[in-house]
Amino acid sequence: MPIANAGAADRTGGFASRFNLQQYVVYLGFLAIFLFFAVVLRDSGFLTVRNLSNIVLQTAPATIMAIGLVFVMAAGEIDLSIGSIVAVAALAAAVTINAYGLAPGVLAGLGAGLLIGFVNGALVAYVKLPSFLVTLATMGLFAGVSRSMTNLRSIPVTDSTFTGFFGSGSLLGVPSLIWWTVIAVAVGHLVFRESRFGAHVLATGDNARAAAVSGISVPRIRLAVLTISGGLAGLAGLLYAGRLQAAKYTLGETDLMTVIAAVIVGGTLLNGGKGSIVGALVGSLMMGMLNNGLILMGLSVSDQMIVRGLIILAAVAVSLREKNR
Amino acid sequence: MPANAISTNVPVLQLTDIRKTFGGITAIEKFSLDVHPGEIVALVGDNGAGKSTLIKIVSGVHPPTSGSIAIDNEIVAMSNATMARARGIEVVYQDLALADQQSVYMNMFLGREPVNRFGLLDRRRMIAETEQLVKELDVRIPSAHATIRDLSGGQRQGVAIARATHWASKLILLDEPTAALGVAETAKVEEIVLSLKSRNIGVLIISHSLDQVFRLSDRICVLRRGRQIGVRKTAETDKNQIVAMITGLQEH
Ligand SMILES: Nc1ncnc2c1ncn2[C@@H]1O[C@H](COP(=O)(O)OP(=O)(O)O)[C@@H](O)[C@H]1O
Ligand SMILES: [Mg+2]
Repeated sequence: MPIANAGAADRTGGFASRFNLQQYVVYLGFLAIFLFFAVVLRDSGFLTVRNLSNIVLQTAPATIMAIGLVFVMAAGEIDLSIGSIVAVAALAAAVTINAYGLAPGVLAGLGAGLLIGFVNGALVAYVKLPSFLVTLATMGLFAGVSRSMTNLRSIPVTDSTFTGFFGSGSLLGVPSLIWWTVIAVAVGHLVFRESRFGAHVLATGDNARAAAVSGISVPRIRLAVLTISGGLAGLAGLLYAGRLQAAKYTLGETDLMTVIAAVIVGGTLLNGGKGSIVGALVGSLMMGMLNNGLILMGLSVSDQMIVRGLIILAAVAVSLREKNR
Repeated sequence: MPANAISTNVPVLQLTDIRKTFGGITAIEKFSLDVHPGEIVALVGDNGAGKSTLIKIVSGVHPPTSGSIAIDNEIVAMSNATMARARGIEVVYQDLALADQQSVYMNMFLGREPVNRFGLLDRRRMIAETEQLVKELDVRIPSAHATIRDLSGGQRQGVAIARATHWASKLILLDEPTAALGVAETAKVEEIVLSLKSRNIGVLIISHSLDQVFRLSDRICVLRRGRQIGVRKTAETDKNQIVAMITGLQEH
């Protein structure tokens, strides 16, 4: 007879043991940081409509990237190349718009993102390389490509349809960047939470073997999430180019850490199996608010980096604690 | 003769002269076995005897080197697990193959989630069907919404068997379903396995516990080093004879 094992003891627990701190930490954190800045920076213009809407507009590209990363991380993978994709896509769009016009430019930008994502995904899914190493390599590779594409020069984008649609325009009184954010979050949430694909992404990140024996094509899921992430990073590149009316290799350079932090703070587990698009949105807004507030407080760039790093550490700690609970 | 009686005469699973080699190693040879609807057949043998390999052959993971597999008297070729599932064969794996951070109902429908006419997950249907099955099988879980990792080992095993029961129309294969469970949980899982008989599903179960084999099975099939030593009706044999067959102290 097998010996009764202790691990099999009833672990159903009461409410207290099932209360999931991680699910709410992003909302509590958001509120706490908001209240902190509202009080400390009450005379520095933090609470003005202009400043608050600026935060939302500035975080739009990071939020779009975060949505892609939720899919990637929920599937148990990582995408470190999103920042590099942003620059390549923005530059590809800018160069192509200037040479061939609006539509080819948009296609070139999005296409570059999708293609790099697809290559990442194919290497992970079919060559079976770890996504950490693949996207670390493509991050470096495409950082180089964007630098060599234009000799470190900035490429102006003057097409007003493009800059209106992707950057500074508005529709029904709502800035286009907010439209992009809302649409991306809504579609992302629907696909992630309510489609079979979303369920298969979660199952793959949770237990790839269980997913496979249940008939889910694990390689296809891995290919898909990395392609989605690349495509959304490409869109983020277009948004940067539209808002700044120019593309440069520096675009997206510092976004990777912010986006990963937003996604983790938003309740997506590093090791997969769990994620939240709405959480990532709030996480992204929180990171944007943090940047904004720290600048208004007069912190130096290096101090800002230190504070952000500490907050990311805290977020990762909470995330892993919950996973090993 | 009533229809029921006819159907019970046709074996759901018929293995004939199965042979399986891995490179130079012969894992299974000259293996033949029928499993009838509503019948529980136990597969016993020492470590390395070939039990798991046999389960994998029936579930489509490893195609046999030679020999035939028939489902309801129809010879089938199964080259992957999806084909076996399409034939009404479900497996409860030793590691259960559950997604720990998902709900019970999402696990019940893993890979086979129903959608509504908008193409969105039909959660209501998944929850309702899960609750009904869990009640019928008397798997005591807090709710269909519970997360797998919050369940005990016995509850998880119950969920894995419930999932197999939901989808199996012909045959359920169980690989050591109680190896990791305590006494009370083992009793509960055995109860669930026995209740499968009334669903007219064939069950092929691997177990290392002879007590359990004698409590559950209608017939016992003994394997030793890939060879089929014999099949006995549980009611007409005893532990000493089975042990002798497993260890090789008695042939035939
Ligand atoms: N994939 C495989 N490749 C090579 N040999 C295998 C493989 N699977 C099983 N075997 C061999 O087949 C024999 C039977 O193994 P197994 O079916 O796991 O036994 P049991 O489940 O009865 O303990 C063993 O000798 C084992 O080493
Ligand atoms: Mg085994």
